[in-house]
Amino acid sequence: MSKKITIDPITRLEGHGKIEIFLDDQGAVTDTFFQIPELRGFERFVVGRPIEELPRIVTRICGVCPASHHMASAKAVDGCFGNEVAPLAHKLRDMYYHAHFIHSHIAHFYALAAPDFVMGPDADPAVRNILGVVHKVGLEIGGAVIGARGKAQEIQRIIGGRNNQDIWCLPGGVAKGLKQDELEQIAPWVDELYDFTQFSLQLFRDIVLANEAYVDIIVNGPYTLDVHNMGLVDENNAPNFYHGKVRVVDYEGNEICKYEQHEYRDYVAEHIEPWSYLKFPYLKQRGWKGYVEGIDSSLYCATPLARLNVADRMATPKAQEAFEEMCSVIGHPSKLLLGNHWARLVEMVQNAEMLKQYCADPEITSDEFRVIPQQITGEGFGIVEAMRGTLTHHYTCDENAICTSANLIVGTTNNNAPIQMVTKKVAQTLIQPGKEPDQGILNMVEMAFRAFDPCYSCATHSLPGEMPLQVSIFKGGEPYREFRRCC
Amino acid sequence: MPEKLQIAIYWGAACGGCDVSVLDTNEFILDVDALCDVRLWPIAVDGKYKDVEAMADGELDVAIMNGAVRNSENEHIAKLLRQKSKIFVAYGSCAYMGGIPSLANLTSRDAIFETLFMANPSIEPGNRTVPLPVSKVGGHQLELPRFYERVYALNQIVDVDYYVPGCPPVPSQCKAAILALVQALTGQAPAPPKGAVVGAFERALCDDCPRTRTQEKKIKRFYRPWEIMQDPDVCLMEQGIFCAGIATRSGCGVRCPKSGIPCRGCYGPAPGVVDQGAKLISAVSSIIDSKDPDEIDRILETLPDFTSFANRYSVATSLLQRSHGQ
Repeated sequence: MSKKITIDPITRLEGHGKIEIFLDDQGAVTDTFFQIPELRGFERFVVGRPIEELPRIVTRICGVCPASHHMASAKAVDGCFGNEVAPLAHKLRDMYYHAHFIHSHIAHFYALAAPDFVMGPDADPAVRNILGVVHKVGLEIGGAVIGARGKAQEIQRIIGGRNNQDIWCLPGGVAKGLKQDELEQIAPWVDELYDFTQFSLQLFRDIVLANEAYVDIIVNGPYTLDVHNMGLVDENNAPNFYHGKVRVVDYEGNEICKYEQHEYRDYVAEHIEPWSYLKFPYLKQRGWKGYVEGIDSSLYCATPLARLNVADRMATPKAQEAFEEMCSVIGHPSKLLLGNHWARLVEMVQNAEMLKQYCADPEITSDEFRVIPQQITGEGFGIVEAMRGTLTHHYTCDENAICTSANLIVGTTNNNAPIQMVTKKVAQTLIQPGKEPDQGILNMVEMAFRAFDPCYSCATHSLPGEMPLQVSIFKGGEPYREFRRCC
Repeated sequence: MPEKLQIAIYWGAACGGCDVSVLDTNEFILDVDALCDVRLWPIAVDGKYKDVEAMADGELDVAIMNGAVRNSENEHIAKLLRQKSKIFVAYGSCAYMGGIPSLANLTSRDAIFETLFMANPSIEPGNRTVPLPVSKVGGHQLELPRFYERVYALNQIVDVDYYVPGCPPVPSQCKAAILALVQALTGQAPAPPKGAVVGAFERALCDDCPRTRTQEKKIKRFYRPWEIMQDPDVCLMEQGIFCAGIATRSGCGVRCPKSGIPCRGCYGPAPGVVDQGAKLISAVSSIIDSKDPDEIDRILETLPDFTSFANRYSVATSLLQRSHGQ
């Protein structure tokens, strides 16, 4: 008699998620399905709207990473106006976006990832959360984390008027510039944030790397997939979050393709399943081959680690040092998905160093932050790196700049198939015939998708909490046994 | 010390921004934690649907729900939380008025599916698959919530006691609203009247906007925000840039107009305004400098897609509610 395990609701998703695990008669995992039951339909209901309104509508796709959608949308809208943009606006947007990356990465690392490592993957669930972390590492460090996150948010607010549900970008530039007194307020915070990134790396060394058991989980655990990597890079193949070309590199380090944002349709396509509202992107030229690993696979990850996997180097010196240290432990490219947590810290160093560069740029307070576009060309593409993966917006508009179509491939969507696969792999490894899965095993299942920081997860970005899970095992369709964790 | 208040926080069709706004009250969350048992809050603490189902009716002192109702799961949980709570709060623009997701009421479910799963340029060539409420894969039955024809605000599905406006509510207002409820429940202050908007002011956004306004200025055309370089000190509407401030409740801190960006009305109708869209039609007609019908038409052509400006956050609860013919 077959059994089914349902994990529903998985929380810390943006919206709602569900995992179905099917077992055979012996209790071995045969299939898993990671379902996303949410859909709102932005790509349709932005049609008919003035195109310049889209950057402030699509932010409501995600209240955790609205700045990513705002930036991708702003670039796509610029394209609809022939890409006439004040050069300073690109600098200001990039600066703003680095601040956003920092506070998002801080929140993910400390609130979501850290509990598994600081407290331990099999710690008492009641303390395996950010509050447990604060108690263990001390209130002083907890305060420093909250302070750093708050300052990065405040930098974003000062530059662009809001630190959530962004409004700032207009066709041709941005709605306000950065004044000298605002810069003077920001600059010392940027130095503090840079120091905080170094502190975070040291904390990672002390708590994770110094612990053989944790290193063993990262390096030898089931958290690995033979799929490829995607990320934006600059002309030197260093990571870039706002500009650049999309580079896809296989898991052995060979470049599969490198494309400009307007070429995305030649390289990426989306498969659809009847059992999830979320689509499954794949490398179009290889075709949809299903959920398979291997060098011929058409699947890829778009994550912090994937971004560093496609990069040959970092763009700034201290980030380069951190990158080399990481690669010496997990390899390059690396298939070790838990390496994503480390990759976030490395990226944060580059973000802070870039902020420092912008603060020292004499042009940054100039008032030429917007131009009035002179033409409506009707089609635009915007690709940025969202915290959780490559984000693509593609719009068309009519001669009156009214939106006629929109296509979005969202960060986490890229990882939909890999998340399916790693969930199955981890479940198959850990759920053994004849042995009922306990709560510790469920946390190990969660750690699989937590590595992706899926953008259906907002919890990642703030306060406490252990992901609550309810697992029901069905035998022949009838409830058989139920587990609850932290309830 | 009185027994702790029992609360639940939940999201429907939402972006997560409302939950983040609660978390952005920072250390205040610890005060909430000291005063309340948070029985359900998927973003931050533990608790399950099943736990809520097992509660007695009215066992929760307060349920705070953000997000609109877009599918059958949203509706189910909204009704469940209403049944289990003494006070039910609609938190944020989507819960209050349908929010940005209710712009979908200007189109249809079929059109959304057609666009997302058939027409978009990155769909797998030859695809004929769309998500289904029930599907069979390899002998397994899998289910998804039913996607409704339109979006509903919470008060169109359940009885709502209070509203907290904003997309998202600013943290200081979130704090004020929670404190008001706690004080009411602990007998320290009278409860706000049922149906009240809490966590916002009893005046329009324009009353708090630092931009100067003559109230006599008339305009010969509207400008879209990218079409002109605006004066940062003068009322946007009087510069011809459409702004919803006059029809919108204050409480947000006037963040958008202070940053050179017009208000789109996320805090909902100002006190005394029934429908933001209707009020904005009246505002537009009074600022147009013409009595000639042809010229008025030409002026209005400079303000395309007026519906989505008039009710950017409130299509679901507007006089319109859904597009013509749907």
